[in-house]
Amino acid sequence: MIAIARKELKILFSSPLAWVILALMQCVLTWIFLAHLDIFLKIQPQLVKIANPPGATEFIIAPLFAMAAVVLLMISPLLTARLIAGERRSHTLTFLVSAPISMADIVLGKFLGLMFFFSVIIALVVALSISLLAGGSMDVGLLLGNVAGLVLLCACFAALGLYISTLSAQPATAGAGTLGILLGLWVIDNVADDNKDSIMRNFSLLAHYEGFNRGVIDTFDLVYFALFIVIFLTLSVRRLDRERISG
Amino acid sequence: MTEQIVSPTLSVKGLCRYFGTRAAAHDVNLELRRGEVLGLLGPNGAGKTTIMRMLTGNLAPSAGVIKICGVDLLDKPREAKSHIGYLPEIPPLYRQLTVGEYLRLAARLHHVAKAKIEAALDEVVQRCGLGNTRERLIGLLSKGYQQRVGIAQALIHGPDVIILDEPTVGLDPNQMRDIRSLIRELGAKHSVILSTHILSEVEAVCDRVHILHGGRTVFSDSVNELKQKGASLEEIFMRYTMNIECPGTSLTP
Repeated sequence: MIAIARKELKILFSSPLAWVILALMQCVLTWIFLAHLDIFLKIQPQLVKIANPPGATEFIIAPLFAMAAVVLLMISPLLTARLIAGERRSHTLTFLVSAPISMADIVLGKFLGLMFFFSVIIALVVALSISLLAGGSMDVGLLLGNVAGLVLLCACFAALGLYISTLSAQPATAGAGTLGILLGLWVIDNVADDNKDSIMRNFSLLAHYEGFNRGVIDTFDLVYFALFIVIFLTLSVRRLDRERISG
Repeated sequence: MTEQIVSPTLSVKGLCRYFGTRAAAHDVNLELRRGEVLGLLGPNGAGKTTIMRMLTGNLAPSAGVIKICGVDLLDKPREAKSHIGYLPEIPPLYRQLTVGEYLRLAARLHHVAKAKIEAALDEVVQRCGLGNTRERLIGLLSKGYQQRVGIAQALIHGPDVIILDEPTVGLDPNQMRDIRSLIRELGAKHSVILSTHILSEVEAVCDRVHILHGGRTVFSDSVNELKQKGASLEEIFMRYTMNIECPGTSLTP
């Protein structure tokens, strides 16, 4: 499992894709960070007059993480698409299946490898946020809540993308499919916006992230994320197993 | 051939595989001992690759029993697979990795002890003649070297049974000779199954030959015996695989 995770990372970092994504993510997020910082500094004198004013963490970091979630939603299909479909296309899936490891090892290894890469991205966002300490104090609890939420959200993207990737032999198809489903799960949120209690809203990934974004960790959200991850990882393992049987 | 009392490294009984109603393999029986090289022959679509995929756990059989070193492949796939080295028809290579990185990965996936990985790597690199390519990217190697890396990957964990699907396809005559002598060398210690279309290759490196047609075994004999009888493999191949209806009889050695 660890061997596969290491292999995934080695291959990922040997391609320009990983570096381009890291650089672009950082560019976009720094821009947003600076824009929010700018506004905050401008309106800070007025904020002081309100009772219980929002702090820098709420005003800058929360929107930064919300934006990071949307950007990650867009780029995760690029990363998940090749996980299994790419192995199929380059005929290397046989290499993994013939080795004395279980299908679950293959799926989890790939999942962990990708999660490590997502952690690097999140670590960079955290580094950006921590730079605020240079000019004042911050709400560490809110920051940690956001980090936890973003990690879980990325794990959901990775699990879903991995499953879609097991269905195809073409990375591009898998990527398009994943992006479509992720966008769909996001749009559900807007469709159901008129009615806050709509059942549809419960299926939206980003809606469940909102709580974390505000610093509220709800068990319902935790369970939703955990179920989402477990279901799609299990489906991936089953799909690979079935392929062995149906040929 | 000397009589060996050792238990077979590979034993296959009544192996069947159906894709819908088409039989890709029907009632195939194989037995292989240490130090034997078995050649699988047959026209395209005869079921050679299907059988090899089943032997390596890449495809589940519809019926039949596969035992590798006495371990049932279907009951304990992980234990059984650790005794197998497999080179598929298209070598499963990661073009972005160097030869050394790739072979280390193969060793780790096959649970070679950490302390022994470097020694195993040195041995297999030397054996497959990959000496000066260890730091090179696999994607930049020539076809012949890529094929060698593919074989090296199948050998690194010292498997008892080595399964090679058309290992000499697309190689030039010199490379073919190199790979053949490597297979013969491997055949001394391990059990080897190889599939091929080149009949002279079977005569040169195999101890036994197994001809498939339409998923069934149509002929199986030892190569030495054939030579003693003065029978030509080409004639036998034609006789058993040109028939429109395949004879159900299978000769056992």
